[in-house]
Amino acid sequence: MNAPTVPFAQRNAVVAVRAFLGRYGLILALLVLPVVYGIQDLSQDGDLSRLGNNLVAGISNGAIWALIALGYTLVYGIIELINFAHGEVFMIGSFVAASFWGTLGLTLTTGIPGLIIGLFATLLVAMVACASLNVMIERVAYRPLRNAPKLAPLITAVGFSFILQNVGILWRGGSQQSVDNLIHQEQSIVEILGVVISRGDLMAIGVTVPLVFVVTAFIARSRLGKAMRATAQDPEAARLMGINVDQTISLTFLLGGMLAGAAGLVYALYQTNVWFFQGFTAGLIAFTAAVMGGIGNLRGAVLGGLIIGCIQQISDNRIGGEWTPVIVFGYLILIMTFRPRGLLGEQTREAG
Amino acid sequence: MSAVLDTLKTKLGQRGLVALALGLAIVFPLFFDQLATQMDVAIFVLAYVMMALGLNIVVGFAGLLDLGYVAFYAIGAYTVGWLASDHFTGVGGESGIHVLVSDFVGNASGIHINFFVVIFAAVLIAAALGALIGLPTLRLRGDYIAIVTLAFGEIIGRIALNGDEITFGEYQLTNGQQAISPVDQPYIPFANFEFDSAFNLRPYYWTGLLLLCFTLFVNFRLRDSRLGRAWIALREDEVAAASMGVPLVRTKLLAYAAGASLGGIAGSFLGSYNNAINSNQFLFSFSIFVLAMVILGGMGSIWGVTAGAFALAVIDRYLIPEVFDDLPSKVGLDFQLTQLSFGIFGFLLVLIMVLRPEGLFPERRRKMELTEGVGTDESVFEARG
Repeated sequence: MNAPTVPFAQRNAVVAVRAFLGRYGLILALLVLPVVYGIQDLSQDGDLSRLGNNLVAGISNGAIWALIALGYTLVYGIIELINFAHGEVFMIGSFVAASFWGTLGLTLTTGIPGLIIGLFATLLVAMVACASLNVMIERVAYRPLRNAPKLAPLITAVGFSFILQNVGILWRGGSQQSVDNLIHQEQSIVEILGVVISRGDLMAIGVTVPLVFVVTAFIARSRLGKAMRATAQDPEAARLMGINVDQTISLTFLLGGMLAGAAGLVYALYQTNVWFFQGFTAGLIAFTAAVMGGIGNLRGAVLGGLIIGCIQQISDNRIGGEWTPVIVFGYLILIMTFRPRGLLGEQTREAG
Repeated sequence: MSAVLDTLKTKLGQRGLVALALGLAIVFPLFFDQLATQMDVAIFVLAYVMMALGLNIVVGFAGLLDLGYVAFYAIGAYTVGWLASDHFTGVGGESGIHVLVSDFVGNASGIHINFFVVIFAAVLIAAALGALIGLPTLRLRGDYIAIVTLAFGEIIGRIALNGDEITFGEYQLTNGQQAISPVDQPYIPFANFEFDSAFNLRPYYWTGLLLLCFTLFVNFRLRDSRLGRAWIALREDEVAAASMGVPLVRTKLLAYAAGASLGGIAGSFLGSYNNAINSNQFLFSFSIFVLAMVILGGMGSIWGVTAGAFALAVIDRYLIPEVFDDLPSKVGLDFQLTQLSFGIFGFLLVLIMVLRPEGLFPERRRKMELTEGVGTDESVFEARG
């Protein structure tokens, strides 16, 4: 009835703009911060080195978020639950790592071979600890509620996240604690056009990239990975095909926990401080990353982690760290509202 | 014994029980000193029960999981901070703005409006904020709603903390890390009676009780209204409700707004009682604390939520800090129980959900859903559709 009042050409233009925004709006919104500050840098300093340094630090941080986001996205893909306790599992991973390298006797003066072997052992211990913790949480808090409404496991997840936070408080107190800067993470390795790549950046990337490749290959190639994908698509049918669904879900939590443990070690080495609340913030940032990439989508989680790392780093450096959560959550709300399927598309049952 | 139980089940018996409880609540302060700790605890309990009842509308009736309820506590408290203190010194010139206030603050600069007027402002502002937060969640599914509300709650907490960086001319939005303090005490203009939390807590208690009765009344009337039935229909099955002609957008937004406005009342009451608006108290953990009350009592059941909120508030304000705080040190452990209060609530959440997911005093319809798998969200293994 209203159609004749709107000229065709104009309506086509509106439709075209809408389609354009629907497709590229999120990317445009994500580019706002780097572009604005890039222009500002160019006009003030004449080069982009400050932005470049932000981005390098952002990618290193983003590698940590990507590891955590993978855990969220794996679990969401298979049982459609936001595992609220996942951030706290990561926090426990940091605590285990920091305590274990203390037990091993790694200090600032340890030589490089000893350091590498020791940290590798720490990585394994943190991964095993977090994997067991995550599997235990699934057994205690989620499995009994498999057939309850979705709200129920979400609430137990929040409950477990509080329990683990308190474990953290009892373990290392209620304030930030600095840990030994074992790898001297701020030392520069190379400097390209004013952009410094430090030891910490190399370590973060060096741990993350192989892990991500191993996990994605495991899910794409192995028999168990196939079972995981089948369960994610249709648990009932998977069960009928002879897949042990409970075991597969446990395996998913195991993988997620291992990645969170690795992220915990990287975080402790990179930030050189740990505290009980790091998991809450990191969990929300990583969840934002998982949603940004498209929840259930492994590549999306990594991409989202790297992007959110850069945004967070730029915001910390330019706007002020106290506003960073507002920026990150602002993006979260924007994505949820306008593009809930994320950048690369969801791979969950509900999305089809 | 069973005769007593049978009498309780009749309508008359239930009314008698409610009247008895109300009577006890009214005379409660007379047994304690005017400044007793128990009075302080009781006032907080009243406010927490109000908040739980507000959240119950959103989570219990309409089935929208709201993890950012602390936002409405914050906005209620800040409304008092803005409209009944000298935070905006200089507004209205030298003499300031005064509406129905006592002589004590009658000459102070800034905005000073009577608490009983401010409360209406708090209701309106909180309801508007509630609807605003509700808007982006309209198209989302259950767990995404939880995340968006959580994000809003965190953003508002952050704005409260860093509000001193947001300025309008010479005025700051909040005082940042510092509290907005002092806040005007409530004042009854025609009786010329001013409350004073330094000498007598009883007027606060009775005001809180009055507000709580109002909240309960609103809850019951809403539940049995057309709107309340629409909420429950929405909770049970959104698609079916929409096809039966329930307007989804309006119904959802009204749920958010109603829940938020009750939170705003409780927030403004607590802000006024605390005599200060501290920006660091609006944390995610508080949202979960209120949610735990709703779940412990039984989502959707008004008396259940009241009981659950009462229990958790007493545990939080009295048993943990006053009675059992040194329990760990008595058994040789080196910490205070207050450090662990949220761990205890987390543990309770897990325990209730696993053992008795319908809560202590469940609503009949909700219990049916949980035990027979009827309604709300589909569970994992029935997810084809």
